[in-house]
Amino acid sequence: MADTLFHKVWDAHKVRTLASGQTQLFIGLHLIHEVTSPQAFDMLRQHGWNVAFPERTVATIDHIVPTSSQKRPFLDVMAEEMTVSLERNCKEFGIKLYLPDQMEQGIVHVIGPQLGLTQPGMTIACGDSHTSTHGAFGAIAMGIGTSQVRDVLASQSLAVEPLKVRRIDVNGQLRPGVYAKDVILTIIRKLGVQGGVGYAYEYGGTTLDRMSMDERMTICNMSIEGGARAGYVNPDDTTFAYLKGRKFAPSGAAWDKAVAWWRSMASDKNATYDDRVVLDAAAIEPTVTWGINPGQSVGISEQIPANADPEALAYMGFDAKTPIRGTKIDVAFIGSCTNGRISDIEEAAKIVKGHKVAKHVKALMVPGSREVAQEAEKRGLHQVFIDAGFEWRGAGCSMCLAMNPDKLEGRQVCASSSNRNFKGRQGSPTGRTLLMSPAMVAAAAIAGEVADVREMIEAVPA
Amino acid sequence: MNNITYVSGRGMPLRGNDIDTDRIMPARFLKVVSFEGLEKHLFEDDRRTNREAHPFSDMRFNDASVMIVNANFGCGSSREHAPQGIVRAGYRALVGESFSEIFLGNSAVLGLPCFTADHDTIEKLQTLVEKAPETTIECNVETGEIKAGAMKFTASMPTPLRDAFVQGKWDPTLMLLDKFDEVRSVGKRLPYVAGF
Repeated sequence: MADTLFHKVWDAHKVRTLASGQTQLFIGLHLIHEVTSPQAFDMLRQHGWNVAFPERTVATIDHIVPTSSQKRPFLDVMAEEMTVSLERNCKEFGIKLYLPDQMEQGIVHVIGPQLGLTQPGMTIACGDSHTSTHGAFGAIAMGIGTSQVRDVLASQSLAVEPLKVRRIDVNGQLRPGVYAKDVILTIIRKLGVQGGVGYAYEYGGTTLDRMSMDERMTICNMSIEGGARAGYVNPDDTTFAYLKGRKFAPSGAAWDKAVAWWRSMASDKNATYDDRVVLDAAAIEPTVTWGINPGQSVGISEQIPANADPEALAYMGFDAKTPIRGTKIDVAFIGSCTNGRISDIEEAAKIVKGHKVAKHVKALMVPGSREVAQEAEKRGLHQVFIDAGFEWRGAGCSMCLAMNPDKLEGRQVCASSSNRNFKGRQGSPTGRTLLMSPAMVAAAAIAGEVADVREMIEAVPA
Repeated sequence: MNNITYVSGRGMPLRGNDIDTDRIMPARFLKVVSFEGLEKHLFEDDRRTNREAHPFSDMRFNDASVMIVNANFGCGSSREHAPQGIVRAGYRALVGESFSEIFLGNSAVLGLPCFTADHDTIEKLQTLVEKAPETTIECNVETGEIKAGAMKFTASMPTPLRDAFVQGKWDPTLMLLDKFDEVRSVGKRLPYVAGF
């Protein structure tokens, strides 16, 4: 019978129905980090439980790492303590841990795919809501809390309920200056931040078919901002080409068997969905948020809506029916699990090249992983940013959630390639975030205000 | 583990849609290796920066144990630190229009039932508590019936979560470990676990 990837993966991983009526689901890959795991390990010790599948568990530190100097011990005593705690826990339970002195370190959602750990047909869990990123490979990947981290550590499984599946087709050609980030911001604007509750989002259509894995990851990453706990793209040749040769990807005879299985897990052509939405790629503009949730956005040529939420306007200090374009910014941040990959850096570098960051703007470029940083440095991209007046930093989550020293101050306005514009998200309780694509952040950094990146692209000779 | 069939107490009316977990528990308070003391930081930035009085700073609601919220409460980050702070501050149930999925799951594991009802009912309950903070709100987990003063309505909750509370099986680790052989056999039949 024709079925969706979601149901095929669910059925393949279902252990049994629990007395509560929930499904016990086997988790194929468990990614852990320093913020949501220490209490889980303590709970294991309290009960005398072991880690069931340490070889299916991988750890890194990302949230609290400083990006200026990553020398140990970290200056922040608590950051150091959390790191030491993770080191001790991983050692005691036999879990592989990647620290900043290793090339593999980086944001957990950047390194999983990069190392080939993330593969099609898997179930993946991590104590972080942006785990949905891994769905770009055709995995069912879900964010969980600390008690559930404990459950996965102890039993390699979770007590969960199935989701409905909404198919989102994006068809056609994106216009120059419009990126994956604009596509997902537009989807969330259209369906709302609550629209995905109870759903997994299956993204497809000719636009998605043509996208690179980096772009698909940007889309899946923000599924949770639309309320969908998981989002995925069916695996195809682009997926397999990305995975081939990666450290933990299958090789030799296993590779062909893997590809055959991966293909078989993709949604069938005539699968039925609980809901369907279709978008026209050509109608999407560079998009910027004006409010306090990721659904509150407009195209760069639009005005803030007349019926804009008064609470959001009051917090942001904006007026309805005014353009977002021209809004003065104080900080520009390029990075995060949404847009901290090599192609993001490349696109931003094209805009930055030959320009200077506006005098009043503090601009940060934070690669998503050490490998991304190394690749960018090999291509000389770091110099483009440094010459323009950006700070070129070490890998980590940085100013996306400001658990390290990278924070907004007071009511600063930040043009940010991250995923959340919540009140206080970037470290200042009154700080303001405008979400946009890395290229749009680059344009804003140079102009000193929210600008239309398309005009800068036209200015670049082909 | 105890059965949770009935919760009662005074209410805390917390108005607003899409209240995310960054607001419930700002990220800087996640720099900890234990959950102890998190209740002190519940809504800390909202309490400090709100121009109008935040209900958490209103003495009349000091003893509340039932929080009444609007739509999509707990959206955003998966940090369990948010419901941990809520439970540690003495809340025993949440009644709202809707909850984010991850928050709902995190709360269930802590034995914190989250009931849902329509917008008008929630609004009415919030207004009732604002006018008469001493009102006792009684929540029957088994039937979903909620009583507060003259108000009476049936709220809902996903059936598996309701059953887990009623049967005292809301903390699932023991259930998950109960037939561990079955977990192992699923692992064995998955091609990628077996190495293809």
